[in-house]
Amino acid sequence: MPMTADDIRTMIRDAIPDAEVEITDLAGDGDHYAARVTSASFAGLSRVKQHKSVYDALGGRMGGVLHALQLTTVIA
Amino acid sequence: MTDDTQARIDALVKANKVVLFMKGSPLFPQCGFSSRAIAILNHLDVEFESVDVLQDQGIRQGIKAYSDWPTIPQLYVDGEFLGGSDIMMEMYESGELKQVLDAQKAAG
Repeated sequence: MPMTADDIRTMIRDAIPDAEVEITDLAGDGDHYAARVTSASFAGLSRVKQHKSVYDALGGRMGGVLHALQLTTVIA
Repeated sequence: MTDDTQARIDALVKANKVVLFMKGSPLFPQCGFSSRAIAILNHLDVEFESVDVLQDQGIRQGIKAYSDWPTIPQLYVDGEFLGGSDIMMEMYESGELKQVLDAQKAAG
């Protein structure tokens, strides 16, 4: 089952409550997304750690069910 | 991950100043994200080693555990995990990637 943009947004916001999440369905196929996540919780974290906190929010789906998520993190 | 796979990844990361774990080869990347990573490295004119994880299932799974990072490609510079293609693109656009790679070149 591919994930919907709403699923992705909900999972990220459950784990990072202050996150602003913008999702773009890149190919219109429900399988290739871009996400831009803005949160104050990224402050002081390296880029790798910022991205990992979003991947953690997605609970292991990244690289599995969710093949293509182009991710940008922004410190609020 | 077996100790053997761990040791092989460790050796690749330490033996090469710049190494990209990717799907396919630099000439024939097999995934859009790997292709983007190669385009960035080529544009910065950096010498690098590449490892095609599609040729080696042990490394394909092992590198994810080794880096604690769920996707491929993965870039290592001087033994340190720098990120995947999104982070490479951000660092490329901000000029940081060039700085890191130039510093590494200068160090010889």
